[in-house]
Order: sequence, then C-alpha cells, then structure tokens
Amino acid sequence: MRVTMKVNGQETTAEIEPRLLLVHYLRESAGLTGTHWGCDTSNCGACTVWLDGAPVKSCTTLAAMADGHEVRTVEGLADPVTGDLDPVQQGFMEEHGLQCGFCTPGMMMTARALLDRNPDPDEDTIREAISGNLCRCTGYENIVRAIRWAATHQTVDSQEVSA
Amino acid sequence: MTATEIPPPDAALSPAGNPLGFGRMLRKEDARFLRGQGHYVDDLRLPGMLHGAILRSPYAHARIVSIDTSAAEAHPKVKAVITGAVLETLNLAWMPTLSGDVTAVLATDKVRYQGQEVAFVVAEDEYSARDALELIDVEYDPLPAVVDARHALDPDAPVIRDDLEGRTDNHIYDWEAGDAAACEEVFAKAEVVVAQDMIYPRVHPAPMETCGSVAHMDPVTGKLTVWTTTQAPHAHRTVYALVAGLPEHKIQIISPDIGGGFGNKVGIYPGYVLSIVGSIVTKAPVKWMEDRSENLMSTSFARDYHMHGEIAATKDGKILGLRVNVLADHGAFNGVAQPTKFPAGFFHIFTGSYDYPAAHCKVTAVYTNKALGGVAYACSFRITEAVYLVERMVDCLAFELKMDPAELRMKNLLRPEQFPYTTPTGWEYDSGNYPAALDEAKRIAGYDELRREQAERRAAAAEPGADPAAPLMGIGISFFTEGVGAGPRKHMDILGLGMADGCDLRVHPTGKAQLRLSVQTQGQGHETTFAQIVSHVLGIPPEDIEVIHGDTDNTPFGLGTYGSRSTPVSGAAAAVAAQRVKDKARIVAAAALECSPDDLEWEHGRWYVKGDPSKGQTMAEIAMASHGSLELPEGVEGHLDASVVYNPPNLTYPFGCYIAVVDVDPQTGQVKVRRFIAVDDCGPRINPMIVEGQVHGGLADGVGMALMEVIAFDSDGNNLGGSFMDYLLPTSMECPSWELGQTVTPSPHHPIGVKGVGESATVGSPAAVVNAVLDALQLRHADMPFTPAATWRAMQGRPLRPDLAIE
Repeated sequence: MRVTMKVNGQETTAEIEPRLLLVHYLRESAGLTGTHWGCDTSNCGACTVWLDGAPVKSCTTLAAMADGHEVRTVEGLADPVTGDLDPVQQGFMEEHGLQCGFCTPGMMMTARALLDRNPDPDEDTIREAISGNLCRCTGYENIVRAIRWAATHQTVDSQEVSA
Repeated sequence: MTATEIPPPDAALSPAGNPLGFGRMLRKEDARFLRGQGHYVDDLRLPGMLHGAILRSPYAHARIVSIDTSAAEAHPKVKAVITGAVLETLNLAWMPTLSGDVTAVLATDKVRYQGQEVAFVVAEDEYSARDALELIDVEYDPLPAVVDARHALDPDAPVIRDDLEGRTDNHIYDWEAGDAAACEEVFAKAEVVVAQDMIYPRVHPAPMETCGSVAHMDPVTGKLTVWTTTQAPHAHRTVYALVAGLPEHKIQIISPDIGGGFGNKVGIYPGYVLSIVGSIVTKAPVKWMEDRSENLMSTSFARDYHMHGEIAATKDGKILGLRVNVLADHGAFNGVAQPTKFPAGFFHIFTGSYDYPAAHCKVTAVYTNKALGGVAYACSFRITEAVYLVERMVDCLAFELKMDPAELRMKNLLRPEQFPYTTPTGWEYDSGNYPAALDEAKRIAGYDELRREQAERRAAAAEPGADPAAPLMGIGISFFTEGVGAGPRKHMDILGLGMADGCDLRVHPTGKAQLRLSVQTQGQGHETTFAQIVSHVLGIPPEDIEVIHGDTDNTPFGLGTYGSRSTPVSGAAAAVAAQRVKDKARIVAAAALECSPDDLEWEHGRWYVKGDPSKGQTMAEIAMASHGSLELPEGVEGHLDASVVYNPPNLTYPFGCYIAVVDVDPQTGQVKVRRFIAVDDCGPRINPMIVEGQVHGGLADGVGMALMEVIAFDSDGNNLGGSFMDYLLPTSMECPSWELGQTVTPSPHHPIGVKGVGESATVGSPAAVVNAVLDALQLRHADMPFTPAATWRAMQGRPLRPDLAIE
C-alpha cells in the first residue's frame, strides 16, 4: 500500500507493507534515524513521536495509521529556519539530561508535548508526564531539571514553532 | 588535602567559557544527540546491506533431533539460512568464552537454555528474515532442566554440558579466599555469631539500545569491518582473530555511539559472529539487531548469587570476622568476563569497609539451564554482590544486638590512619576517610531527626485506634568500598590480554590536539572528560581537544570500558601523555627562547622565563615551533606527540555512604523511596556535572534491583522476565530526587588522584534500599526485589524465593 504523511512539515510518501510500524517507516523510508526503537511493547518510549500534535509510541503504531496525518520527530524540534535548539533541547544540554542519548529523542518529544499543554509544570507533574519513557543512565533527576530549565526559558519563537 | 576539603575547579576559562581543566563543562557530545544525529549501530545503512534474524530455542534443555530449513530457504527474500551444522563445516559452531569455557554459536547437539541460538536467517529486510524464522522446522526431544542452582549438584541432576568430554556433573569450580582456620578460631570464641542466607537474584543490565552489529567482509580486500555494540572494541578484534582465524590486521571493529552498556556489551554474542558469517556467505554487509526479548533472555545477565553469610562480633558490636559460602549460578556456559585469576571476580572484597582480622569465602559455581553471563550490570566484577553481602550482614548484626546501624558501622569503619590498608583477603585499599563520609551522609539526611520521626510513628501506630494505613517508615544505610581500574596487568588479564590501556596524544601545529583512546564511552561523556584531563595538564582549551575512540584502526590497543576503569586507567594514560607533551614543550620552548629548560616555569598553557614572565611561549607557539624549522637540541625529535600504555600499579578504591528513607504501605506492601542521600568519594571530580549524572544513574539501578528487577524462571526453565512488561525498570515515578554529597580523598597512586565513579552507586545503593525496607518492616532479612507482593509476603512471615516462580 502507498502511504503519504507529513513528517516535520515535509511531505513523504512510500510504498509499504500494511504491517510496517511507524518507527520503521520513519527510520527506513523517511531516513530519520533520530527516533529509536527500544522494546516492542510500548514500555520504553524511545520511539515516541508526535502524531497530529500528540505523543505516540511509534513502535506500536502502524505507518498506515499515520497515512494522511502529520508526524513530528526529534529532527523537527529545532527551529527549521535558524536551526536554533528548542528550549527543551537546550535544557537537556544545560542540565545534563542525557548520557548515552538513546532515550533522549523520545524523552524530549514527551517533554515538549507536556510544556505545550502546561508551560509551568511542577516536579511531580513532570515525573508523571515522563513516566512512560524509560532512561537507564540518568536516574531521571537531570531530565526533570532539564524540563524545568525549558519551562523557565520558553521563548516566543519556540512557542510558535511548537504550536 | 584533607578528606572534606573540596578542591576548587581550575580557575581559568577558555575562549568558549569552558574550564581549562577540571570543573563543570557542558558535554561536547550532546550536540549530535539532541538533534537526533547520534550514530548508533542500527542507524547504519550500507549499499546492498542484508538483515539477519536468529531462531531461538523454546526449551530450556532439549536434544535437537532435526532441523529442516528448506521452506525458509525457499522464501523469495531469503539469501542464506545458517545452522549449527553449517558452522561445524567452518569450525565455528563453538567459540571460546571470556572465562576459558566454550559456548555454542548455534546449537548443534542440544539447546541448553531458553532463547539459545539455533539458526540464522539472512534476508533482504528484517521483516522477511523474521518471517522466515517461522518456516524453519526444528524437532526437539525435551530433557529435564536444571533450574534451581541448589539442585545442580544433586547426584541425579541432568548433566548439562555433556559436550565436554568426561563431564559427569554440573560443577564449574570451587574457589576460596581468606583464612578459613583464622575464621574458625574467631567464630568459636565470639560472643555473638549471626548467620543469614540471602539471594542476590538474577538481573539484567537492559541498556535502552539492545545489542547488534553490522558486518562487512570485503571479498576483494579480505578486510572485515564490524560496526558493533561493544564496550571493548580492541578485545573484540583479538577474539575474532583467535576464534575465526582471521588476520587481526584485516579486522576493523567500530563501536559508534552506544546506547548504554552497563556491562551488557562486554562479551561477544553469537549474533555478532553470525553477522560476520552471514557476510562471508552472502558477500554482502549483514546487519543483526536483537529485539528486547532476545536481549533479556540471551545476553549477559548479572548476579545470581546464593549467599550464606556468618558474622562474628562482641556483644558491644565490635566485628571480629565474616565468612561466606556462595553458590554461583553461571547458566549453561561459563561466560563471565572476569580477570582470569579471579573466577568469582572481585567478590573477595566482601570484607567491605570495616576493620576486623578474620575473613574467608568459598564460591562454588554451577551450570544451570539458563543463559550465560554473570558479570554484567555495573557491578565492578562482583563487588556489588560483595557489598550487598557485608552491608546486609552488618544490618543483621545490628538487628540482633538492637544497635543503631549507623553507630555499629561507625564503631567498625576503617580509620583514616590505617590507609593504605591491606584487607584480610589481600586487597590494598589506597586511601580513604570513611568516618567523614558516614558523618556527611548523616548530616545531609538529618539522621537523628529521621530516627526521632520513626520512633514517633511507631509509637503512634501502637496506640489503640491508630490509622491502619499509616506508612511504615524505614531508614537504611549502606557503606561501600569499590575497587576499580583493573589491572595491574601482571595480576589481571582477560583471555590472556593484560589489563593496561594505551593512549596517543597529538598536538597539531596550530596547537589543537587529538587524543586517541582504547576505552569506549556508552554515555559516560568521554569526549568531554578526557579533553578536560588534557586541558588540566596542558592548558589547551578543552574545545580544542578532539577525543577519538571506538575504532580499532584509529586508536591504540586497550581492554575497554567496564569495571569503572576508563578514568582510573585511560584517564591516567591521558594525564601521563599530556605530561610528556608538557615536558617536551619545555625543551622546545627553551630552544625557542634560547635558554635552558631549567630556566623555565609553567603557568597554565605557557612556559616562561623565571623572573621575566613577559618572555615565554604558549602551547600554540610551542606546537608550531615543534613542527617548524626551529633547531632542536641533539636527540629531540620534531612534532609534539606522546604515546603511553598505562599499567595501573593498583586498583583505585572509591567509597561512599548511602542512606535511604522509605515508606511502606502496610495494606498493599508498596514501597516508596521517600529520600535517598548519597555521599560519594571518588577523589577529585574532573567534571562534577558528569560525576553526579553517573551517580544518579547508579542510584536508579539500586532502586530497580531492590524493588522490582528480577529474572525469574518457572520449573521448566521458562524465562519469566523476557520483556519490559515482565522485567520492570524504575521509572521517574519510583525514583526520588537524589540528594548528593561528597568528600574528596585523592588516590595516592593515580597521576591526577582520581578514582573512577561509574559503578559506585550501582554497587552501593541496593543494600541501602533493602536495609531501609527491612527496617520499616522490622525484619532481619527477606530477599529483594521488594515488589508489593514480595513485601506483603515478607510482612506475613512468608517471604518469597525471588529467583523461582514455582518452588
């Protein structure tokens, strides 16, 4: 079957098997390897992307389900024109919110969605929001701080980009 | 420097605002990861690349009667189907393990654990490869499985390793350390002896990125390139050369970005070898990536130690001796990655942080029908098990003596003046101030106040009409001594390869530098930390120092990153290399300034004439002069490089004190970690931000192991932890906000005094959480993990065996 979807604002299309998972479509067909695969069972969240503005786990989403829809991945987080990092990305760097980097794209997509919904979340809210994203390196402490950093460094530009 | 004196970071800043040496610095590697431009093995795409998938055994123990691959071979997208019989023709069906045993690449005679590799399919894409697995017809003759290690040596136990000639039982080794007779004497006379059985259950490192590789054997040049998830690329290259008879100079191992290792990526897995065989057979690059179930069921597990401890003491709490018997479950093949002379790793450091004369351990290792492994998961070669044992035994003693566990520890801790200290089992601890770390942890925790709160809560709970849902509060302490940075090479080798590591430092004509390392980061931030080490010595801005690693064609030989050895070993190599460059720079500067090297003094990044600071040469000027036409003294070569192989004189011994505060729901058994205080002493901190991150991650490991992580088996040997729905990892909800502290005791033998920290928190934290839970329940012992069900059972006096679902 042929699917067509907007990925980070760019239209993509490919002939696929109906069973193809969205994570594999993004990595293999669209060539965007920033979205990682980690568990197969929706537990780890390394594959988290946005489907029509809401985070989904792309390892348990069929590419066919995204046909005609809009997908946003980690490659679409920075400003597409200037290349400036989103405050979430900057926060992860400033607060050492990543180590091996494998969970980071999914974690940041979840964080960006949280901040769009709630620009000033407290620690408990952040912890609950990222509880579907596993990290084996950081013990979560600095991820929470990174998201707080982003919350306190929101810019008008970033709000527009993420909207 | 006293233990509590924190050294200031290097004061000067680089043009980019980074410290010229030690201090908080944002990581250089982050830029690519934040943009989704990390480059992991699975991200690699090569022209014509094929994909492999592995058929695995559904049985824990079964004879293979037949394998029919014809239907799989007929699949239109399948390029090759490889079985053990095919590998036998290549003499590749078996390969050596890292501990002198052999393991099957693909099973030929029997399968010996559930998930063992039986056949390998190479196809045009991964989905087709996995489809074809379904088309392979294997007939098995199931055999009884050895699941409970305690019955592995029963006379009627099935013999798992009948592939080994003359083998009639499942015994691997007995190994002892310490002085049994001295213990006998001490224990016979002791006023108090407390004995306790405990299990450190089988757990799994479970890095977020699973294991995999892409192999490409160039049929024209005969060069084999393997991009693979390895913490030890050079060791892998040598092993491939030895296993396959491939010429080592024609093998290139590339370890790109690694999505976490924790020990899981030290060993060589059949899948790596199969991707190589697949590439040789198909003459195309072959990628193999395991899925999560394969990772959890077949790659290196950790722990699985059944321990019996006995502690002897006086009535007032002076410890006199500790002895322990261990039954070590090694799985179906002995594949532990320990230094050769230490079959039980560094377990004999179990005497811990305390001063007593008598200690002895005996470790008996057995085969069972489970996956092999047994060193992975950030354990510093079994020090995790050792620390858990001693810290539980000390708490058991405190329980029996009705003493405060902090007071009991303080009474027995080694004193600063005892260092360097030789333990009863032969380790020489390099430096430490243990009481200061315990005091600091108690101070941060507000320990006395916590005990007061606990007493009030217990009193309130004893009142008539007390709230039955009021949480049970527990406080747990753990004090650990780590031993990291293996070798020295005369004592420590793996497969005959001495544990020393090389490093090349080249300063280019314009004063920018490249540092090539044998160790390999899996998230530890080597590209930043090692640049800071060189900057600390030479004053070159860290942003001008590129760290190159993870490619055997472009880095010097060394044994890689595990056992927290990068900073203690390669960090020392980098510091020594930088010092040699600095010494040579002095000679060059003297030639340029037409004076004697003895007339020069150093300030950060510059040699200058004593008494005339205006006359000097910066490193950039010296670098250009080294490569230019300046006439150098007789015997001094041009350029500004240094090559070092660092052979550590001893391990370094980081230590720390951890305090956990938990609340247990008396009605559900749910444990909440309310607070966790971690005081670490790893010597001076090169980049405090990275050190704290390393500690945070290890603390989460400890919470995971204490509360939820376990790979259990049913009585048929079915693995019950084969997915993240069954093998639970701590999330942000189970982890508290960590409260960190530090003391600083430099290592006297490391060139820059640092000790390593990668595994400290994993080693030290499980006992703190377990001690806290048992303190809350006012029980002497129950085995982790304290899932709600297990905690509830322990409260009812019916504790669970954590390793078996069915007794």
